[in-house]
Amino acid sequence: MKMDSEVLRIPALDVAALRRDFPLLAECVNGKPLVYLDNAATTQKPQSVLDTLMHYYAHDNANVHRGVHTLSQRATDKYEAARARIAKFIGGVSTQEVIYTSGTTSGINLVAQSYARPLLREGDDVVISAMEHHSNIVPWQLVCLQTGAALKVVPVNDAGELEMDEFERLLGPRTRIVAMTHVSNALGSITPIAQIIKLVHDAGAVVLVDGAQAIAHVGVDVRTLDADFYAFSGHKIFGPTGTGVLYGKAALLDRMPPYQGGGDMIRSVTFEKTEYNELPYKFEAGTPNIAGAIGLGAAIEYVERVGVGAIAAYEDELLAYATRRAAEVRGMRVIGTARQKAAILSFMLDGVHAHDVGTILDNQGVAIRAGHHCAMPIMERFGVAGTARASFALYNTFEEVDALFDGIARVQRLFK
Amino acid sequence: MTSDLRDLYQEVIFDHYKRPRNNRALEEANHHAQGHNPLCGDKVTIYVKVDDGVIQDVAFEGSGCAIATASASMMTEALKGRKLEDVEKLFHGFHDMVTSPPDAESPPLGKLDALRGVREFPARVKCATLAWHTLQAALRAHDHPVSTE
Repeated sequence: MKMDSEVLRIPALDVAALRRDFPLLAECVNGKPLVYLDNAATTQKPQSVLDTLMHYYAHDNANVHRGVHTLSQRATDKYEAARARIAKFIGGVSTQEVIYTSGTTSGINLVAQSYARPLLREGDDVVISAMEHHSNIVPWQLVCLQTGAALKVVPVNDAGELEMDEFERLLGPRTRIVAMTHVSNALGSITPIAQIIKLVHDAGAVVLVDGAQAIAHVGVDVRTLDADFYAFSGHKIFGPTGTGVLYGKAALLDRMPPYQGGGDMIRSVTFEKTEYNELPYKFEAGTPNIAGAIGLGAAIEYVERVGVGAIAAYEDELLAYATRRAAEVRGMRVIGTARQKAAILSFMLDGVHAHDVGTILDNQGVAIRAGHHCAMPIMERFGVAGTARASFALYNTFEEVDALFDGIARVQRLFK
Repeated sequence: MTSDLRDLYQEVIFDHYKRPRNNRALEEANHHAQGHNPLCGDKVTIYVKVDDGVIQDVAFEGSGCAIATASASMMTEALKGRKLEDVEKLFHGFHDMVTSPPDAESPPLGKLDALRGVREFPARVKCATLAWHTLQAALRAHDHPVSTE
């Protein structure tokens, strides 16, 4: 009964109205109305985010945490208000624990270099999964090279689900950190991240969650998850590019050395000794992406207004419909059939390379991603060089799913 | 299908994609190189047998998109019996043909003209030129794989 009442409380999305919030969706591409199905790469921006950026530059632009003048105070207030909104959005954490970054990649590199590097010794293990994005592989390879630690990889099954037995077997007394995706960008698989975090904590290690694909599509509550670090990008949740957040537990962040040195991250500097600033500023050297951070705050306000639960429920329906349609297409193979999936449909067409699929769909105005999705190891796991990938967001419609499948039929006719 | 798409996917392209010519390893090759398009992960190996400054035989291995495969296949056909000194000219002619603006004139290249439509699809130029860049590397005897980047 609890489930039922929860479902009832989720209002259905008025997608037609939401679409009007995103000016870019009115574009025509190659003479056809744009069907934008590349949301896992980046999302489009609502008018409220564009207005926020414009307003900031037109009325508030100044450097933060520096000036005594009015504009500087105004810019600082908005910059910090956005941080507070983000802290609340990801589970009501302290603003000290919300570090602005340039994106998921820089958040992961920060943890690899400032948390893992001083800690790791030869014989220690770093654990990742076989379906990580390159940005959650390469930073760990680098830190393993620097320290002599070993990189262990949790395999996935044919559906694209983590092999949890193998995962438990890999965890050992020398496991220091586990870096795991929340949602796979190439397959759409949602990992059992709460269970993973519990297992890792029981083994005495910490977890970094790559939330790039999760943040706009599944609810994220880092406190309930008990995540140690959680990284995501602003541009994948309708915010500006070049923005992102690293959440970290204050107790861990406090013990970590700064990642980069510069202005704003210091309390006092002499040539003999520098005292670092308090959290989160210790990790924010240099003039930050002020407009971007404020724009990200506006994006999160937009998502809160629509409702994360409603977004997830609607995208589930879109995915279910697309998956049903895919099953009816002869010669179409879906890569990634996990029971728990976000709205990503990665696929192959018999006898057709993903690039040709991409070009022909683009000619119909349908934008998808074709290639290895910066996740070459998982492509190799499935024995493919790349896939075509349609990824959905709250503004996509069932008609757009139909347009995708019309395009796929056209590809197949052409390559018959 | 709009006219641009028909320019790209001509019948002859599909023919070479479905039945690629000289799609094998060449045991007696005295030049070979591997090429890689990091954008899509496609790989191609080009084998060339050169005697007395003339390409006696040429073949390729690897699988890719229709454009990359057809381009490699058509390249092998165009090269057999060519003098090495003509190959460089042909490379530049082909490169200019697929990268020049759609309204620009570029000299005809015989059967290779079927790939002229690529220039209307900038995202696909690297697919068409991968085999040619790899050929150059093979003839210059670079040991390391070439990349389209």
